[in-house]
Amino acid sequence: MIFGKAKILRSHGWQYIPDLYSVNLTEEFRGFPLLTDTEDRSDVERAAAICPTRAITTEPLTLDMGRCLFCGECAKCAPRNIRFTNEHRLAASRREDLIVKVGDTAPKFNLEAVRPEISKYFGRALQLREVSAGGDASVEMELGATGNVNFDFGRYGVGFTASPRHADGVVLTGPISANMAEALDICYNSIAEPKILVVCGSEAISGGLYADSPAVDRKFLDKYHVDLWLPGAPTHPLCFIEGITKLRSKKR
Amino acid sequence: MKLYHITNNTASSVAIADIPVVDYVELYGDLKLRMEDSRYHVAHYFATECERGLKFYIIILDDKTSEVLISSFVPDYYAEGLASLTAVHPQFHPFEREINELYGVHFDRHPWLKPLRFSHDRRNKLSTMDTYPFYTIAGDELHEVNVGPIHAGIIEPGAFRFICNGEQVLHLEIALGYQHRGVESEMLRDNNSLRRTLIAESIAGDTAVGHATAYAELVEKLADRSVESDLMLERMIAIELERIAMHIADTGALATDIGFQLYQVACEALRTVVINTTQAWCGNRFGKSLIRPLGTNHPMTEAKRELIIKNITDVRRRYEELRADILEDHTLLARFEQCGLVPKSEMERIGGVGQAARASGLRRDIRATHPSGYYATEHSHESIVKQDGDVMSRLMMRLDEVLQSADVILNTLASYKPTAKLSAPDYFAKLHAEHLSFSLVEGWRGEICHVALTDSEGNIAKYKIKDPSLHNWLGLAIAVRSEGISDFPINNKSFNLSYCGHDL
Repeated sequence: MIFGKAKILRSHGWQYIPDLYSVNLTEEFRGFPLLTDTEDRSDVERAAAICPTRAITTEPLTLDMGRCLFCGECAKCAPRNIRFTNEHRLAASRREDLIVKVGDTAPKFNLEAVRPEISKYFGRALQLREVSAGGDASVEMELGATGNVNFDFGRYGVGFTASPRHADGVVLTGPISANMAEALDICYNSIAEPKILVVCGSEAISGGLYADSPAVDRKFLDKYHVDLWLPGAPTHPLCFIEGITKLRSKKR
Repeated sequence: MKLYHITNNTASSVAIADIPVVDYVELYGDLKLRMEDSRYHVAHYFATECERGLKFYIIILDDKTSEVLISSFVPDYYAEGLASLTAVHPQFHPFEREINELYGVHFDRHPWLKPLRFSHDRRNKLSTMDTYPFYTIAGDELHEVNVGPIHAGIIEPGAFRFICNGEQVLHLEIALGYQHRGVESEMLRDNNSLRRTLIAESIAGDTAVGHATAYAELVEKLADRSVESDLMLERMIAIELERIAMHIADTGALATDIGFQLYQVACEALRTVVINTTQAWCGNRFGKSLIRPLGTNHPMTEAKRELIIKNITDVRRRYEELRADILEDHTLLARFEQCGLVPKSEMERIGGVGQAARASGLRRDIRATHPSGYYATEHSHESIVKQDGDVMSRLMMRLDEVLQSADVILNTLASYKPTAKLSAPDYFAKLHAEHLSFSLVEGWRGEICHVALTDSEGNIAKYKIKDPSLHNWLGLAIAVRSEGISDFPINNKSFNLSYCGHDL
């Protein structure tokens, strides 16, 4: 029996990623989009028409990462205009920074918009309460993965906790189903100040495919200040890790 | 009188005119007898509005002959109610509850006519999550434990109410609906087939490949177009990769819940290899964007084929070491064996599907009984079945199916020469008018069933989705009866059911 365990350990080897901030994902990964204008608008118009979450505007050409589900279909329709890079560091401190314009070459994270008390209080340890409100379980599994043996975000003092009374903030996933709206509000208000609110996944940011669904109630986001927006369908664990790290950074 | 239109899972869609409209009393009489044989089970049963009130469709699967039986009926507008099929065969309970919740149809003698998911278009808006009529037992010795809707981990919401005698669970009731997003009505918002594919991928994010395959096959049947054999093969590889990833995740989750860190971290690392392989193939760790109707945007290349073979060979070897050790570990066996029993007879009664049913000795596996795609043409699937119906059996299902799926992938890819020239997806295919199309896919949890009805112009007018969780949640409630409440987590993980797939 003990030999069996030794064998597993030997095969397991070292799994953790030593530097979480210098990872480059596979070329296939669809992250930050690069936009280019062309005289001929027919391709982008087709791309905007087929986009299931209306993330693309054509005049001027923009792509809203807060709506985008990164399916890549627009880049197939308009390969000269839209190209997805494998840049996974997509976090933004303001909602409007998620809208990519022609000529943008990298995601924008506005440090000025981050409340200074966040780094003061949560720079060393941050415990979060995750609330899924209509999430499809993929974002939830990716958040779970941030603490696993590969990413091990816990090494920087960040983790998820069961009780909101022990938490320093809420991570919201899902488009906020009406049946979950009240529980989400109660949970958020059970957390003592100071606290942060992180919105994780494109479905949470904009409602995604369910933005117009009568079964969704998004008033929560009008009521409270959001500190961090993390696009993706689902958000990659490294995007979450990078976003939280920037949010807690003491550098101004 | 002919009661059913008989078809199968590889045939194209059915003209609605070909489905007999029968008398409910006759159908009830037939189903009452027929469903006593466990070769039959209900795949879907729903109602839709028509000019004469409501029209009901019922889809029954025959596991022995691979036949699919479809019937329909239109009750009299002024009918007081319908005799409940649940009263004789409990497997009908979620379907009758749904019809009751949406349209107010009363089912006589239904023993458990409670709201199913509090959908936004329910008939009684006064019935809300807060007024769910939980079952109660009175007594000085008893106490209730309420868990949820928000749970301790990073998981989806749902409310569990236990009635306990000391540490022992007498009864567990699971109230769901918190995840309801209006999936079925959003499917009909517009005619954008790409949008529908993405909605299918989001029905249950951990089964993105399974549900997207169900949507793709349904559309292909409605368009009466078949896809290349190579595309079927690649879809099979994709769904087996998903199965491997989720079974490994569940193995790790079970280890976590008994504090066995070695297995937990080993499984976390193994799952990462599998989902990163899927990511290297299509750019998404959950296989979103991989399955598209009538084609693909991510045909396999030779380099990707080699990467999948290399990674799956490695995962298979490491997982087999883990499996061998698990089967020898007496402390683990002491926790899992004879815990959370669901006997075969009970699984049959509730209409259990997928790996949970197979763990109880009930051979429900669409890949073998109602195959489609590559399973129906080139690959013949042999299901794994366990007998005991306890947590250990459900774990053993995973231990064996991971190795089986890995072998399927490795054997298939060994001789596969990817051309990388598969057709591109077609989101504008013309669909048959006034047809019913269904698809059955064995996802990693079990049987996925999608059904669509088209109108006179060939637009999809009704879309119904069934995730295997709809059948199996009751299995979990039965499993924990008379167990210690502290064994609930391992039972829950051994089923690992979907909240969003149930709530839609």
